[in-house]
Amino acid sequence: MFTEEHDMIRDTVRKIIERDINPYVEEWEKEGHFPAHQVMKLFGDAGLLGLKYSEEYGGADLDYTYCVAMAEELGEIACGGVPLAVGVQTDMCTPALARFGSDELREQYLRPSLTGEMVGCIGVSESSAGSDVASIKTTARRDGDDWVINGEKMWITNGYQADWMCCLVNTSDDKPHKNKSLILIPMDAKGVDRSRKLDKLGMRSSDTAQIFFDNVRVPAGNLIGQQGWGFFYQMLQFQEERLWGAANMIRGLENAVSETIEYTRGRSAFGKSILDNQVVHYRLAELSTEIEALRALTYRATELYVKGQDVTRLASMAKLKAGRLGREVADSCLQYWGGMGFMWEAKIARLYRDVRLASIGGGADEIMLGIICKMDGTLPKRKKGGA
Amino acid sequence: MKILVAIKRVIDPDARIRLNADSSGVEEESVEYKVNPFCENAIEEALVLQGAHGGEVVLVTVGPEDVTQTIRSGLAMGADRAIRIEGVDTELDSDLVARILHKVVERESPNVILLGKQAVDGDNNQVGQLLAQYMGASQACFASEVVLEGEQAKVTREVDGGLETISIPLPAVITADLRLNEPRYASLPGIMKAKRKPIDVLTLDELGVTDTALKIEVLSLELPPERQAGSMVESVDDLLDKLKNEARVL
Ligand SMILES: Cc1cc2nc3c(=O)[nH]c(=O)nc-3n(C[C@H](O)[C@H](O)[C@H](O)COP(=O)(O)OP(=O)(O)OC[C@H]3O[C@@H](n4cnc5c(N)ncnc54)[C@H](O)[C@@H]3O)c2cc1C
Repeated sequence: MFTEEHDMIRDTVRKIIERDINPYVEEWEKEGHFPAHQVMKLFGDAGLLGLKYSEEYGGADLDYTYCVAMAEELGEIACGGVPLAVGVQTDMCTPALARFGSDELREQYLRPSLTGEMVGCIGVSESSAGSDVASIKTTARRDGDDWVINGEKMWITNGYQADWMCCLVNTSDDKPHKNKSLILIPMDAKGVDRSRKLDKLGMRSSDTAQIFFDNVRVPAGNLIGQQGWGFFYQMLQFQEERLWGAANMIRGLENAVSETIEYTRGRSAFGKSILDNQVVHYRLAELSTEIEALRALTYRATELYVKGQDVTRLASMAKLKAGRLGREVADSCLQYWGGMGFMWEAKIARLYRDVRLASIGGGADEIMLGIICKMDGTLPKRKKGGA
Repeated sequence: MKILVAIKRVIDPDARIRLNADSSGVEEESVEYKVNPFCENAIEEALVLQGAHGGEVVLVTVGPEDVTQTIRSGLAMGADRAIRIEGVDTELDSDLVARILHKVVERESPNVILLGKQAVDGDNNQVGQLLAQYMGASQACFASEVVLEGEQAKVTREVDGGLETISIPLPAVITADLRLNEPRYASLPGIMKAKRKPIDVLTLDELGVTDTALKIEVLSLELPPERQAGSMVESVDDLLDKLKNEARVL
């Protein structure tokens, strides 16, 4: 599935990380902020933000295997927040714009987002609607040549620094799956209030914001694709989002295991190294095996996906496994670091905090399980009128 | 302006290496290779000089077919074409490589020959100097700045006492030090273009290298001793005592 070109892309991503990202991660994590435009530009300059997008707008027209290779390498970044921001840019806020946005809209927002001059964000969740996307409350109402937006979005990655948001809103009173639309909102528009940066358990350097819209006016042409299709457009990109999430988990876990091996090899207790205890080296071997299994699942799903198959089931499994395994690996490894692992600034402690999001964001573990069950035919039918 | 850049792949310097069964070399099963870091500086400098003076950047390496990937990464950085000379590491030493490169120089007649100052595997630091000798050309090793002025190269060299700036006539051999520049990343368009750039393959015979005898024979290799586990000391006095009496560094 991977070629020499994939390897060279991986190599470039790793070099960018080694030289221009990892030396600053410590500082960014401490500040609770990273320079999104600067980092995005690094990848944009190397042509890496638009791997799967059309050359017409500065992309490279490559298949999703390249995106998976890049997502995997981004796992080399020594925290979860920065790769998350890049993933939002390449795979979460841009797909609908690239596929269904008007030429003007793509010229104005997609092109600069692929060069890294602009940073985007995706606004779906609200404080009262996360997993249950259908119940979002934000509305957009047509008024002359404008849309007028009112409401709120919660936990928005890149929200504090983004130039624009791909925002899911209700545009009619129709059924919840048919009344939604995606509208592109420039974040400097009047009435956008993003004063609330959220304090989080992990992903400390990622700027996650709560954003309020008070009679925000955007041109009618900022509607992405067709009115009423927003929910469907979001669903279309789930497979790629999940594959990205799974691929992005792998490297961080591998590094955690190998760093734990190094540490426990060098630390002695009761006359031998910690690593020499069979329970330790066996456990670490077990985890390495599981990580390889996650990689195999992710690659298999990707391979079938680029052949044109629907891999919703496999991609959901990969996302689920990534979330679960991330927690398991981080917890087990942290244990072997002892008190050192419990220190806030320990890299393993950061991983422990950061991977926790994977089981919650982008569809919680239970949502993945629900999808797998649905496809396997084991989900009980809902009673009419029931919740 | 034609610039020839000699590059070498090395085993990933950050990887843990093992010796093969008879300790005659490094176990090459499942090791990862990278472009020697100093060679990346050499490629970068060639591209910078090409940017300023125009012309062509040609890469050359000696190795088996699977070094093609190393060559492609150099082409992805922006070099125009490459030459691979068939050969295997175990049948090469610095002197033979210099004589091979000399033949390539005769074929290509470059104005500038850039190399890394040394490869981080053997750390020999010999090929550039030997090549200059075989060519009868001037050399400027450990360059930290290169300026071309007409038929001269003004090169700042990192020497033991500090920096030395010399002017040498072209064609000349220049070897790159780390501080010469910061190698660019291969960009995606560069990577995609690299696939279509020509790589000529030549055997030693075709090149006219008949004497392949080595001047260096490797008898055996050994790994540095494993680092011992650390231990915690109770007090500064304990530490001083251990430094004095156990480590004997005070
Ligand atoms: C750091 C961070 C970044 C984020 N970035 C973004 C972003 O950029 N854009 C965006 O739109 N959103 C973002 N989110 C929001 C994220 O997608 C939601 O938090 C997620 O979808 C879960 O929704 P919720 O928090 O409302 O949880 P809820 O929907 O309230 O669910 C709570 C828990 O209940 C359980 N649960 C829910 N439904 C079911 C069910 N059907 N069956 C069984 N159990 C269930 C799950 O365990 C779930 O974790 C981000 C969140 C965080 C924390």
